[in-house]
Amino acid sequence: MTAAARLARSPEPSAGGRGVVRLENVSKVYVVGSSEVHALRGVTLDFAAGSFWAIMGPSGSGKSTMLNLLGCLDRPTAGRYLLAGHDVAELNDNALSELRLRHLGFIFQSFNLIPQLTVRENIELPLYYLEWSPLASAQRAEQMAERVGLADRLNHRPQELSGGQQQRVAIARALAANPEILLADEPTGNLDSATGEQIMQTLTELNRQGKTIIMVTHEADIARHASHRLHMRDGRIDRIEGAGA
Amino acid sequence: MKAARLYRNVALGIKTLLLHKLRSLLTMLGVVFGVGSVVAMLAVGEGASREALDQIRKLGSTNIIITSMKPVEEESRGTFSPFSVSMYGLRYDDQRRAEQSLSTIRRTVPVKLIRKEARLHDRIMDLRVVGTTPDWFDLVRRDVIAGRVVTPRDAERHASVVVLTEYGARRLLATEHSLGEVLRIGGEYYEVIGLVQSESGQGGAIQTPDQEIDAYIPIEVARERYGDLSTIVTSGSMLRESVELHQLIVEVDRTENVESAAAGLERMLKQYHAKNDYRISVPLALLRQAEATKRTFNIVLGSIAAISLLVGGIGIMNIMLASVTERTREIGIRRAIGAKRAQIIGQFLIETIVLSMTGGAFGMALGAAIPWVITAIAGMPTIVTGYSMLLAVGISVTVGLIFGLYPARHAANLDPIEALRHE
Ligand SMILES: Nc1ncnc2c1ncn2[C@@H]1O[C@H](COP(=O)(O)OP(=O)(O)OP(=O)(O)O)[C@@H](O)[C@H]1O
Ligand SMILES: [Mg+2]
Repeated sequence: MTAAARLARSPEPSAGGRGVVRLENVSKVYVVGSSEVHALRGVTLDFAAGSFWAIMGPSGSGKSTMLNLLGCLDRPTAGRYLLAGHDVAELNDNALSELRLRHLGFIFQSFNLIPQLTVRENIELPLYYLEWSPLASAQRAEQMAERVGLADRLNHRPQELSGGQQQRVAIARALAANPEILLADEPTGNLDSATGEQIMQTLTELNRQGKTIIMVTHEADIARHASHRLHMRDGRIDRIEGAGA
Repeated sequence: MKAARLYRNVALGIKTLLLHKLRSLLTMLGVVFGVGSVVAMLAVGEGASREALDQIRKLGSTNIIITSMKPVEEESRGTFSPFSVSMYGLRYDDQRRAEQSLSTIRRTVPVKLIRKEARLHDRIMDLRVVGTTPDWFDLVRRDVIAGRVVTPRDAERHASVVVLTEYGARRLLATEHSLGEVLRIGGEYYEVIGLVQSESGQGGAIQTPDQEIDAYIPIEVARERYGDLSTIVTSGSMLRESVELHQLIVEVDRTENVESAAAGLERMLKQYHAKNDYRISVPLALLRQAEATKRTFNIVLGSIAAISLLVGGIGIMNIMLASVTERTREIGIRRAIGAKRAQIIGQFLIETIVLSMTGGAFGMALGAAIPWVITAIAGMPTIVTGYSMLLAVGISVTVGLIFGLYPARHAANLDPIEALRHE
């Protein structure tokens, strides 16, 4: 096992324990040609374990950028991002993959299921990279499918499901490796309001069971389910509404 | 555990490839034909060269063969004056001199050829009978089918014995039951004492010493009874010639000494032969030549194969790059879930290797089938060797690895965020 992998498994207590996500003066600058785009400008924020965040704000305010950073898909240009005790900026690509695999689950606006795989195989995907045995993965996939109410659709292909069902498969997949943090970029963006509401019920339930959820959304109706609402403006935190804020 | 995982990965690769059956098939074709042509060409080359090498080896690699040749002057004279006798070729003395000339020469075997009408029971045939010494049977090793060969005692006693070759026996309709029977050769009577296998050497470029020989008798007997003069009747003219020895086979002690011995013999013979009435052939030299030809052939073959496999490999690379572009989003999803770069590389590499190895397997089948057809239709000998099959497997894996690596690395190095945004 690599050092990074070992680190990823044993969170450092001093950083606040499992599930704590902390941004310290984080900036993200994109260089496009000769000009610079400041997508994030010195953001400092703690996401407590078990909290449910909705990140809101106008287009281009840096919501997706923040979520990508939180998701270890990108590194900050400046500042520190602490996840499960690691300073993400210092980790190499393999260690970032390992962090995503063990600590983070992604839910996307466009579901992002792999079309040539069945529902079962899609849910098993993180377990495959965790090198679980086929038997254990199959059992786990069945459990997860049941949890999102799709136990009878395991052998279907994603295209054969409705949007809401696809998003629930995506949630099952995000849950398979039992990460403590779920990241969602407009999870209801492609769904009608009734279906979106169902998805939000599911997320709320997961949050009650202890998952930390960070979700980007445009809609106040959706954001209402979160315990915290973070308003972004021009790469900065505009204001925070909700519990304790 | 590791093996089970590899199995899963390969199964996944196959499944993915089966999603686009036609595309995968077309992609494989380059490797199929590349590997197929390598195996087929090697089989044809191997068949041809092994046949040649076998024939040369049968001449003996430590032997030098000196054959009497009618000089060009004699050839023309013969037609104008039918009553003159043309004298040429190796002399009995040449054998003695050859034996004494060099210490590297182990022994010599004389060959005196007699063409006579022969009769076994009611069967009458023109036979080619060779008068030789018992050493012949030691030097030109052929299996004895029945009876025995000529022994030194037969030679000493000037025994009237004859050994039939398989070829001769077939012509005379003789079998192993013919042992002890009497064969008449040109008015003289012989007891059939043995039957030996003969090398037909059919269609080959190199003549084996016993090709088209029907029977053997002791050389002393041949000299006494038939002399050196022979009359050959060809259409309209009569040819009389006197040849003491038709061939002399010289055995040298070691292969390293063959070439120098051949040169020595050439010098010696020049002294005693005013006319150029003999030819020296060295099987070893032929062998070397054949081997060199084989090497050249293999190099040419290798180049053709390399080019066709390069084309096949580029075909695979091209399709894999297209596949990576097409599956950019899938790559982004896998990376977001936590796949490492190496795992993405592995996934795509396995696909190309599965493709190229499947192509290689079909290629092997094709490569084994083509020589079979060639042998069946053209009658050419072909040999599909295990080594060529191994080579084919090795080549197809290598092609997969080399041409799969670039697309796979390209896939692994995609930025996950951009890959996820890809339509
Ligand atoms: N890869 C990139 N290269 C250059 N600029 C980028 C890149 N990604 C984002 N940006 C810029 O950074 C800023 C923040 O973008 P981001 O995608 O975070 O906005 P957002 O809040 O998610 O907007 P939306 O609500 O439209 O999704 C924008 O000005 C955007 O143009
Ligand atoms: Mg966005």
